[in-house]
Amino acid sequence: MSSEGAHSLDQLDIQHHLDAQHSLSFFGYEVPLPHLHLGDLDLSITNHVVMMMLAAGICAAIFIPMARRWSEVPRGLQAFFEPVILFVRDAIVMPHLGHHLGPAFLPFFLTAFFFVFFMNALGLVPFGASATGNIFVTGALAVITLVTIVATGMRQQGPLAFWKNLVPPGLPLALWPLMFLIEIVGLLAKPFALMVRLWANMTGGHIVLGVVLGFIFLFKNLPVAGISVLAAVALSILELFVAVLQAYIFTFLSALFIGAATHAEH
Amino acid sequence: MENYSTGVGLALLGAGIGAGLAALAAGIGISRIAGNSVESMARQPEAAGDIRGAMILTAALIEGVALFACAICFMIQSGLAEKITTILKAK
Repeated sequence: MSSEGAHSLDQLDIQHHLDAQHSLSFFGYEVPLPHLHLGDLDLSITNHVVMMMLAAGICAAIFIPMARRWSEVPRGLQAFFEPVILFVRDAIVMPHLGHHLGPAFLPFFLTAFFFVFFMNALGLVPFGASATGNIFVTGALAVITLVTIVATGMRQQGPLAFWKNLVPPGLPLALWPLMFLIEIVGLLAKPFALMVRLWANMTGGHIVLGVVLGFIFLFKNLPVAGISVLAAVALSILELFVAVLQAYIFTFLSALFIGAATHAEH
Repeated sequence: MENYSTGVGLALLGAGIGAGLAALAAGIGISRIAGNSVESMARQPEAAGDIRGAMILTAALIEGVALFACAICFMIQSGLAEKITTILKAK
């Protein structure tokens, strides 16, 4: 560690870049964002909230006009997104949800895929932040998946049958309470894993990027800056791949869990 | 540096070793996936597309578990960073 002690520690502190900030910074100017408090609850518009709204706006701006001007022979933006949409339908939704529920749930999974992707991608552009780097954002997405699992399961199997079918059939009655608790933990652990997986992938990437660029401030010479910038470019390419992959993984696992809830598993 | 208490030092050591172990585990797991899937793609090139999809999916799942461990180590480290800066600033 450098002999500068606390001074260098402050300069390598990237935690404030990872947290949600109460202002947007552009080219050195800070645009303050509104604070909103509901009693004890902090509902301020932070930069992550702005990025979520931006991702949603981009989704709406791309897909609503595209749907209105849908043509059999794809051209323009439709030619780019149609294969992706067909991939989500044929490789993610239909295999897990079948022909009856598949078309009904397709908008949900398409939304999940593209919303998560655009949130991830906005972290890669200058002055952007990935909203999915905030654990509460990915937590909210995971809660949505959990509610959809339970609601779909209760609707397809029957309200009580869903909970009964969590436990494998043909189990000795004495073991039933223990198995039920284990299955409940499993039911909660899967969306929890979805939340942490997406958050950790995004945040980890940005931490490594921050540390690599922080070397420039730590060493303060040109060769290190050159190497750092090249490493940051390579890491950003990897981050782009991870952004697409994590959107796919989130959507795929959500489809898997929701599909599994629609019919008695065991 | 001299003002770190032993406890804080040990906790940082734990966080560092934990992160290293997580990287090691991810390396072992994903290399096994990659090795087996590449071999099976060589055995049966017609199935290469399916195998490639399964490879990417399972690699991302293993990566997720390794990142859980990494995130915990980062939380240990960041909870201690404030203590360290207050100790150093109090000098």
